[in-house]
Amino acid sequence: MTDIGWWGVPLAVLGGAIRVSTPFLFVSLGECLTEKSGRINLGLEGTLVIGAISGYAFSYHSGSAWIGVFAAGVAGCLFGALHGWLCKFERVNDIAIGIAMMLLGTGLAFFFGKAYIQPSAPRLPAIPFGSWSSIPQLEAALEINVLFLAGIAVAVLLWWAFRATRAGLIVRMVGDSADAARAMGYSVDRIRLLSTAAGGFLAGVGGAYLSLYYPGSWNEGLSSGQGLMAIALVIFARWNPLACFGAALLFGGAGALGPALQSVGVTSGYYLFYAAPYVLTLAIIIAMSSPTRAFAGAPSELSITK
Amino acid sequence: MTSIADRSAPSVAVSRTTRQDLVVRAYAAAEALAIPLLALLVAAAIFGAFIAALGKSPLDLYRLIYTGAFGSWFSWQNTLLRAAPLLLVALCVALPARLGLLVIGGEGALALGGLAAAAVAAPLQGLPPALVISLMALAGMLMGALWIGGIGALRAYRGVNETISSLLLAYIAVALFNHLVEGALRDPASLNKPSTAHVGQANMIGTLPGMDVHWGLVVGVIACIAAWVLMERTSLGFAARMTGGNIRAARLQGLPVGRLIVGFCALGGAMAGLAGMIEVAAVHGRANGSLIVGYGYTGILVAFLARQNTLAVMPVAVLLGGIAAAGGLVQRRMGLPDATMLVFQGILFVVILMSETLYGRIPWLQPPLSTERTS
Repeated sequence: MTDIGWWGVPLAVLGGAIRVSTPFLFVSLGECLTEKSGRINLGLEGTLVIGAISGYAFSYHSGSAWIGVFAAGVAGCLFGALHGWLCKFERVNDIAIGIAMMLLGTGLAFFFGKAYIQPSAPRLPAIPFGSWSSIPQLEAALEINVLFLAGIAVAVLLWWAFRATRAGLIVRMVGDSADAARAMGYSVDRIRLLSTAAGGFLAGVGGAYLSLYYPGSWNEGLSSGQGLMAIALVIFARWNPLACFGAALLFGGAGALGPALQSVGVTSGYYLFYAAPYVLTLAIIIAMSSPTRAFAGAPSELSITK
Repeated sequence: MTSIADRSAPSVAVSRTTRQDLVVRAYAAAEALAIPLLALLVAAAIFGAFIAALGKSPLDLYRLIYTGAFGSWFSWQNTLLRAAPLLLVALCVALPARLGLLVIGGEGALALGGLAAAAVAAPLQGLPPALVISLMALAGMLMGALWIGGIGALRAYRGVNETISSLLLAYIAVALFNHLVEGALRDPASLNKPSTAHVGQANMIGTLPGMDVHWGLVVGVIACIAAWVLMERTSLGFAARMTGGNIRAARLQGLPVGRLIVGFCALGGAMAGLAGMIEVAAVHGRANGSLIVGYGYTGILVAFLARQNTLAVMPVAVLLGGIAAAGGLVQRRMGLPDATMLVFQGILFVVILMSETLYGRIPWLQPPLSTERTS
């Protein structure tokens, strides 16, 4: 093994950015879709965990990781649909419902997850893009999971759909002016419900990545706020699916900093490095907020920007 | 965000109490009592169906929860022990909520408050216990006030969404807590479970006469009552509620909206910090991982179930403290995982929020038309 010393840190951050960013990418795309329709789903943290356990359980029982991914998406979709349905009632606050769904999702996942801490399920395959290299760190960094590539495809697809398709325009209209959408004869509640359910599907797939690829097993500490950070990430990306991809890479890199430094022997501030993504998220939110105007690019029906 | 503050029990500014006023208020009170109770029953039914679907008997489950929570003097004391911190962390949600803010970072303020209290006690060994305990309480409250007050300041002066910042800061607080407890503030003698130094047996808060429950319960009750008086019977509380009701109107009236938001957030944070201090000084003796067991998150549920009314926080905290206390018994007797109670809390939370839509819609809970004020 070639000793590359401190060069291992940027390489591990790069590899980590690719590995860690996938759940961020899926959750932020899901959240982006939901928020474009004018509603915020703070419960995606719960959806992520539900996706992780459903993916793991279905992968274990069926023997196919892809069935697991699909099951995770369906579970996330159901959760999103529940959120979307609850929010249509008068005086039901979408932010508060999100927190409740976070609690419920975590509770359900831990409840059913007890049985899956031991057994090991088939994992998702990765494509070794770095097999030409003789440096093992580089090889490891370039081992890219299929879901990462799928995430990029979904980002491009969503970006295109928002710009150029009828469905994308309807979602954007509902998010920017519910009155206009009603006047055109569209059911605002139904479109928001569908957007939240589809967003939940994506978040569930992100959860399956956690349990089926990286870290690649089920335990109760699997998700630590990725679902939440994704919400800040969407603000950072100004509700643009393509920018979500860049932001997810950035967040993944921040999350990989702690383990990367640990691998070269820096262990002292472990917990502080672990907190780096949260601090980054907070700094971004503070920098982008303003007391006088809404976030740039925000759908105007969104409750956090009012 | 339109709707946290205006969900609280309608408080009519009464200049002269007429008979009609009383009738209207009685109906409002009945509605405020009946709908949460209905929600509790519905949540219990859904959870019962969930348990039944798993092939266990819901009746056994509820009997066990009752036994574990309120069945004996022993379980009552266990319940009250768990209710004590909930009273205070619920205030961390309920107070800002009256100004229209959804702050949910009580967990972080509790952890850091407890840590600050333990850190202050370490160099003060040998001083009079009353002084040390007071300083610990002060340190815990100050820490919590800074933590949550900062969230309020970000909201008031920078427009940062307080729900997201408080959730993020809760994660940061836990990381900071672990960093300090495993580093600078660690007692070298704590091998298996990193902890700070013990605050000293002499500096522990004692128990109430004839009980195993510590004085923190009394502190919590006093805090809830004081918060109610502050909110409902002082001009400061009125200004806060007005800010929550309509922030533009409050600004037009010349109320110092920014200072009110920071102040009430800081007050809520101080209560959560005090809860952490009491957990350290009355239960654990040290600050360690036992502080971070989800009191902050259960506190959110308590505040919402109490509809941000600080008097209602008291019975609700006892109820949820009891459900938490019964968790162990349910786990052992029925072979259910410890997350069972978390599922119940989640269902309860969703149903409670859902029930908000019922206010003003149940015909027999509305005051008869003839009694409505016409003049």
